[in-house]
Amino acid sequence: MSKTLLEMRDITKVFPGVIALSHVNLDITEGEIHALVGENGAGKSTLMNVLSGIYQFGTYEGDIIYDGKVCEFHRIRDSESQGISIIHQELALVPYLSIGENMFLGNEIAKHTLIDWDKTYAKADELLKMVGLKESSRTLIKDISVGKQQLVEIAKALSKNVRLLILDEPTASLNETDSRKLLDLLLGFKRNGMTSIIISHKINEVSYVSDRITILRDGAVIKTLEKNNGGSFSEDEIIKSMVGRSLTDRFPKREPHIGEVCFETKHWTAFHPIYQGRKICDDINITIRRGEVVGISGLMGAGRTEFAMSVFGKSYGTNISGSLFLNGKEVVLNSVKDAIEHHLAYVTEDRKGNGLILSNPIRENTTLSKLEKVSSHEVLDTDLEQKYAVEYTEKLSTKCSSVSQLVSNLSGGNQQKILLSKWMFADPDVLILDEPTRGIDVGAKYEIYCIINGLVAEGKSVLMISSEMPEILGMCDRIYVMNEGKIVGEFPRETASQEAIMFAIMKSGKGE
Amino acid sequence: MAPKSNVANALKKNTMLIALFAVMILFQIMITTSGRGSLFAPANISNLINQNSYVVILATGMLLCILTGGNIDLSVGSIVAVVGAVAGTLIVNMHMNIYLAIVFCLLSGIAIGAWQGFWIAYVRIPPFIVTLAGMLLWRGVALLILNGLTISPFPSNYLQYFTSFIPGGEVDSSTVFTVTMVVGILASLIFVILRIIDRKKKQAKQYEVEPLVFMVAKSVIIPVVVLTMSFLLGKHKGIPVVLVLAAIVVFVYSFYTSRTVPGRHLYAFGGNEKAAKLSGIDTNRVLFSVYLNMGFLSAVAALVCVARFNSAAPTAGQNYELDAIGSCFIGGASAYGGIGTVGGAVIGAIFMGVLNNGMSILGIDSNWQKAVKGLVLLIAVVFDVVSKKQVKSH
Repeated sequence: MSKTLLEMRDITKVFPGVIALSHVNLDITEGEIHALVGENGAGKSTLMNVLSGIYQFGTYEGDIIYDGKVCEFHRIRDSESQGISIIHQELALVPYLSIGENMFLGNEIAKHTLIDWDKTYAKADELLKMVGLKESSRTLIKDISVGKQQLVEIAKALSKNVRLLILDEPTASLNETDSRKLLDLLLGFKRNGMTSIIISHKINEVSYVSDRITILRDGAVIKTLEKNNGGSFSEDEIIKSMVGRSLTDRFPKREPHIGEVCFETKHWTAFHPIYQGRKICDDINITIRRGEVVGISGLMGAGRTEFAMSVFGKSYGTNISGSLFLNGKEVVLNSVKDAIEHHLAYVTEDRKGNGLILSNPIRENTTLSKLEKVSSHEVLDTDLEQKYAVEYTEKLSTKCSSVSQLVSNLSGGNQQKILLSKWMFADPDVLILDEPTRGIDVGAKYEIYCIINGLVAEGKSVLMISSEMPEILGMCDRIYVMNEGKIVGEFPRETASQEAIMFAIMKSGKGE
Repeated sequence: MAPKSNVANALKKNTMLIALFAVMILFQIMITTSGRGSLFAPANISNLINQNSYVVILATGMLLCILTGGNIDLSVGSIVAVVGAVAGTLIVNMHMNIYLAIVFCLLSGIAIGAWQGFWIAYVRIPPFIVTLAGMLLWRGVALLILNGLTISPFPSNYLQYFTSFIPGGEVDSSTVFTVTMVVGILASLIFVILRIIDRKKKQAKQYEVEPLVFMVAKSVIIPVVVLTMSFLLGKHKGIPVVLVLAAIVVFVYSFYTSRTVPGRHLYAFGGNEKAAKLSGIDTNRVLFSVYLNMGFLSAVAALVCVARFNSAAPTAGQNYELDAIGSCFIGGASAYGGIGTVGGAVIGAIFMGVLNNGMSILGIDSNWQKAVKGLVLLIAVVFDVVSKKQVKSH
């Protein structure tokens, strides 16, 4: 039995209002590939950020014992000097610098600030060979594919004499062959004695590459699985452990009053705006009825947001084809303004980046998407605007000192309510809510659910995109499952379950 | 809401206004003690207005540019020169009808604005680059039109629209005083009556109203300032026509930014372009209109400038863009966009004007004047940024 390289003992990490990790124990044996799996928000990335020193020592409870010593990492550099290297989901490469420059960024081969370029590129080429890349190290990062960029990140880690390599969803943006190449590379490193931790959603990849699998859920370790007698893992067991949560009454009850179809897409297809030929939505057919809450479930990057935005006045994607029917009539929405005029609303998942004008007061945010309601001949009636804003803050019980308060000074939950007011003010018939409860606390979530119930009770329809499965199951009358730009399953409320949804996703993923 | 924090808020909102008064009083003390007359001498006030009206007009336009995300327009000085050159050629050399010439000048300003706006808004070339190019291009065009020479003098039927006083003509000083005071009193009365009507309307509809103390304070302070101004102007030659022109520009744009739908779009665009787009705002059109408008207001400023100097020179308008930009930032506009008011920019322009004027009266060396202005601009913005940071950390 080989020795334990890393032990994380009783790690607890609290964010304002949320317990991200609770008494997590993890031990990694030297020379193994250890997988961390779990749903979005289970705490995988948080745990790795604690380990690498991004969340510095003192901001969490518990001990990190690495190589037999208790470690206190105050910044990434501390953990790197110990041979721990983390490769994030979002690659940290500078597009307009060469591969070699990127590899030694912050770690330049230099004599008295003078960089030795010959040595840099020679060393870089050597490392590139190790990861199986044939590119010259003088190639610019922007000119190579995402899969190759991933390999460059690994080569960069190798340049730092890495002993423990952590990969956060390394295959999320790779195709099947590139993924396989990368996994085989990891297996090769393992033979040379390197230890790796891999975070992934893809069960088939995880069972292919790893020696042990630790499953996280709601910030706690559920179990660590060993390979069974046949040398493989039970996928059923992994999925059950990932999702096995009970649905208590975290969701307000609602009597559904479902009417005729009011929203329908047929063969909706859209392409990525930058990467030519990459389909982000592939032949999507969905329907929504009046008074219905319809959910779209799926993993991150499944194309749900992209679909919603492409429907909402073509605000994302190119070469959009397919047809959209509202109340039985085909419509073409070429701009967001068109979409709003056809009583469609899209409540973004990124309230700070895409939703609210943080430097403006509540009043101005509330009315922004439908200023016609508070103006005549382009002149605003600020008194009327004030009245509406007050009305909505009261209706949604938003906590604020007055409607003149700047939105930047509100809490996440209250900002979300302002965002909802803004779109409710626009008098939509169909609201697309993209991750409506992301990053807000449990109490505020419940209030948002009540608002959603209120909306459908008024005869409006809601399309809810969410990565939290309990929320989808607890709130929706019908659920579509989306994966890799396609609808891969549809479940009415009665037959929907976390297992069923997970299986739909996994099955479609394997089929490729 | 505690009344104390209300007062503190009101003071915080008006820090630049208070600073302006402080600087004026400081200069007044320094000027009177050194026996160089008075900052508030009737002739000097009139002079101050004539010297700075074009800055106020340009600062108003510049504010709209800055609101869209800290974008500035470097070309306004050169546009002033080129439109001035057109005016000189048409009016002096070609003896064109005055009104037709003015329309033509304004149209050429709009055309220049549309040209720059097109590249900025629809091709998305950074405004800094487009207007830097414009700065060189239009200066060159001005030199070409004028062949490097200065055109002067302008006919009096043109000058009367920009450099004369109300009441004009041959009237004695007591009539001037009476007319000016009557205008001042009327303006004050209208202001107070509008305030009261607005308040009554709000109360009738049960809307929120501002505390009575503020209402009374505003209804006292503003008329006092207006009446003092008209008293001083009445003692001199009357109300300068450019003051009326600048006041109209300020009033219209103030209304535009605070009370109209396109104005609101401007703030939304500057605050968060992506959010604005997803709210159905045509962001390209917003950006285009802002630069189109800057061209228009530059042309207005050009007409004022040629009249004031009674000449169209190829070197006219140099560094005007910097005065306009400085005014906006001193007046509290954010270098990141989305924050700022026309009123603030006007206060900034007056602040710079008073600084220039006060230092000139004191006989401070012009090299020093430049250095002081630079420091004041920096201090004003630092003060603004730091005070906002403190608010956040609470």
